[in-house]
Amino acid sequence: MTQSSTPILQARGLVKRYGRVTALDQCDFDLHAGEIVAVIGDNGAGKSSLIKAMSGAVVPDEGEILLEGKPVRFNTPTDARAEGIETVYQTLAMSPALSIADNMFMGRELRKPGWRGSVLRQLDRARMEQISRDKLSELGLMTIQNINQAVETLSGGQRQGVAVARAAAFGSKVIILDEPTAALGVKESRRVLELILDVRSRGIPIVLISHNMPHVFEVADRIHVHRLGKRLCVIDPKDYTMSDAVAFMTGAKDAPLAA
Amino acid sequence: MASENYEAASNRAEGVAQFGESRRGALAKLQHALHVNPALVPLFVLLVSIAVFGLLLGSRFFSPFAMTLILQQVQIVGIVAAAQSLVILTAGIDLSVGAIAVISSVIMGQFTFRYGVPVEVSVACGLLVGTAIGALNGFLVARMKLPPFIVTLGMWQIVLAANFLYSQNETIRSQAIEAEAPLLQFLGTTFKIGADADGRGGATFTYGVIAMVLIVVVLAYALRQTAWGRHVYAVGDDPEAAQLSGVNVNRTIISVYALTGFICAIAGWALIGRIGSVSPTSGQLLNIESITAVVIGGISLFGGRGSIAGTFFGALIVGVFTLGLRLAGADAQWTYLLIGVLIIAAVAVDQWIRKVSA
Ligand SMILES: Nc1ncnc2c1ncn2[C@@H]1O[C@H](COP(=O)(O)OP(=O)(O)O)[C@@H](O)[C@H]1O
Ligand SMILES: [Mg+2]
Repeated sequence: MTQSSTPILQARGLVKRYGRVTALDQCDFDLHAGEIVAVIGDNGAGKSSLIKAMSGAVVPDEGEILLEGKPVRFNTPTDARAEGIETVYQTLAMSPALSIADNMFMGRELRKPGWRGSVLRQLDRARMEQISRDKLSELGLMTIQNINQAVETLSGGQRQGVAVARAAAFGSKVIILDEPTAALGVKESRRVLELILDVRSRGIPIVLISHNMPHVFEVADRIHVHRLGKRLCVIDPKDYTMSDAVAFMTGAKDAPLAA
Repeated sequence: MASENYEAASNRAEGVAQFGESRRGALAKLQHALHVNPALVPLFVLLVSIAVFGLLLGSRFFSPFAMTLILQQVQIVGIVAAAQSLVILTAGIDLSVGAIAVISSVIMGQFTFRYGVPVEVSVACGLLVGTAIGALNGFLVARMKLPPFIVTLGMWQIVLAANFLYSQNETIRSQAIEAEAPLLQFLGTTFKIGADADGRGGATFTYGVIAMVLIVVVLAYALRQTAWGRHVYAVGDDPEAAQLSGVNVNRTIISVYALTGFICAIAGWALIGRIGSVSPTSGQLLNIESITAVVIGGISLFGGRGSIAGTFFGALIVGVFTLGLRLAGADAQWTYLLIGVLIIAAVAVDQWIRKVSA
């Protein structure tokens, strides 16, 4: 596959240490326009650490991140979100006691127009609820009766759906998903995969971490194999089988030379 | 095939989520209603206790005079409890609230009488010092990652000792304040509605009571209708999730403790109005009484759940029991005993409501 000139999102030589554990060890990463890159790797390989560095949730000790070729520095998730990078974390990062609408707009609440918004700082609940409802319907998640119900009253699949909807609603440059189908049943996984393809068709590139090989091989344009804190190789799913991919990530088989 | 086994294993480990069905009994409906609106329990208890004492004591209790007397008696605790609610909503606790209130009142008094500072400026200084102590609590909790219990336990001792050292244990007498700096007693100013010709009976209010109600209303608005309020809940619920969702967790925590300090300083000002004098030994029970009101009001000590209205009801419940039992001629220990029962019952109800998510 020929790649367009500058990748949208790049990581170069990322290092992240937690005490004596080196979660990222000179790790590189590339995401090009309009593609889905899957990141696979064993538990503890450092996949979540990699995407957290790119989403501002952790600040790497060394290395740099480039967005459309320009070096960027994310100190908080808000910094990355301001650049159009949205992330669905493995833990979902939602406040269980708050409503769906509250969670969708957490940290970027809309205020009422006029003095009620500027002086009284009043939230525009009606508008936030409407947008939340629209986004969830787009996802076919309207089995949820009430946009004001607390997230903790939702099933695992519904929660995941809300988290994905939140990212899809606000991500303008890159959407990162950390194991979005791990807790889902077959039907719900399908929906999330369709959504991922839908987002790509709108031209937004996606980073997808997943343990589910059939899912990865179904949607990914390229597969980044992560091992021991760094990129082992990048493979084209059309050239390899699922068992090859698993063999690379577990070290049962040596990586192909040309990455 | 290796890959399929791998996938099957990981799927099984995570478990398959299902959409919940909507079969619900009456009890589950009640549980859900309380989950959405946790202030309903203390409101119910408040209304029932007013009704019971009203039936037992008749018009001695069920009169505008007695009802507003309760408001006057709970005004200081009510204000401090409103502040305490904010901290507890963030899953913290503030043991220094009483000490902050007292030192603020002492500063208002001493600045006026010892240094001859204009009384308006002294009041402002008292409010400022209260806010600063609160902000320091917040800084230690948010930035130094120290447990709120420890930080405010230490601050309680520090502030109380500083209060005694600075005031030299001196009380500023009521007559002196009345003559030279009546603004210090401003929140104690009373006005009556519907008293008889001799000025007896009728509903009696103080500006302190008005201040308490205003603080409760403003905080209720801020918590429900502003982004800051949503952030307070999110931080109390799960600080990590809040941070990842783009909430500035540290700033939210510091703002909460600072605001708590400010409101406690207002309580200190109201305290001068209530007792007339400025006394460094006043307000000793405010921290435990405020926590009591918060817990009876249905705010979860684990953070993120409950409402300021609940706290207000909680403070009123304590006031109703105190006055009602006194009018009934019961030993004051009965009040403490029943409050103790209410605290434990409130926490049990909180645990039950939390199970709605399961
Ligand atoms: N906050 C943390 N504190 C300490 N160690 C961590 C932390 N986050 C991750 N690690 C460690 O870093 C390594 C990589 O973790 P992670 O990035 O979560 O891997 P993966 O997502 O591939 O399972 C693991 O050994 C993990 O224990
Ligand atoms: Mg992970």
